[in-house]
Amino acid sequence: MDDSSEALEALGFRMAEATPQAAALGMRVISVEPGLAVMAVAHRADLVGDPETGVLAGGVVTTLLDHVCGLAVSSRQLAEGAAGPIATLDLRIDYMRPAEPGAEVTAKAHCYKLTHSIAFVRASAFDGDEADPVATVQAAFALKTGQEGPK
Amino acid sequence: MSDPRGERLAAMMSAIPYVRFLGMNVELAGDEMTAVLPFAPHLVGNVMLPALHGGVIGAFLEMTAICQLGVREPFRRLPRTIDVTIEYLRPGRAHTTFARADVRKIGRRIANVHVEAWQEFRAAPVAALRGHFMLSPMEKTAG
Repeated sequence: MDDSSEALEALGFRMAEATPQAAALGMRVISVEPGLAVMAVAHRADLVGDPETGVLAGGVVTTLLDHVCGLAVSSRQLAEGAAGPIATLDLRIDYMRPAEPGAEVTAKAHCYKLTHSIAFVRASAFDGDEADPVATVQAAFALKTGQEGPK
Repeated sequence: MSDPRGERLAAMMSAIPYVRFLGMNVELAGDEMTAVLPFAPHLVGNVMLPALHGGVIGAFLEMTAICQLGVREPFRRLPRTIDVTIEYLRPGRAHTTFARADVRKIGRRIANVHVEAWQEFRAAPVAALRGHFMLSPMEKTAG
């Protein structure tokens, strides 16, 4: 139990502080468990996408969503003993509404299916109420686990 | 030498802090725009390869679409993204990335835009985006 929570913590560190773009955005891991990840980005003036509204750029939310989806995949791979590099195949993002000006954005991802070579993930981003999301995403990732494995 | 499209685009881009964060710029030849994203260490998502963060590539494609719409016509507010589909074709290496957008349809309120990004070879794109954007057309003067 302790080993696996340490491994998840190490994974969270690699995905936040140790990834240059995540660090540049100030991304933080809020929680991570197998197949389920939550990360957040605080509002910052240099990340604003529309000076009239002062809202975080869509690109920041895109990057946060891609990243938190990746963490959900990696954490599930880790729990299933199949850790390895992954690559985003595609992201379909719907932007429901702009985030509140000045608000921090949190994103929560669920890797709901992992096959030998592909992971399927859903995620949403919100600035307070999880039931009133800013954006939602459906993503697929390619798993580069090599040739081993029975399936 | 006044080029209203170029001036409008330059004003729009210089007002967006996130454009500076990415470090992107554009080259305009008439109404044909090429967006340029020079490589920078803070854009890396995978330090082993190294490769650009997928989110950064997506953000660059999305911003290219918005800029191309800005070249096309003036708006009251920046176009707002409704939805995007981003396809990742190859890893974005530690090189300069280019992108071009194709406005497939522009209605009164909604535009459909396709964007493709490449690095060393135009024929080997690293990623593509298709998206819808909400427009806010200028009010008709007088009337």
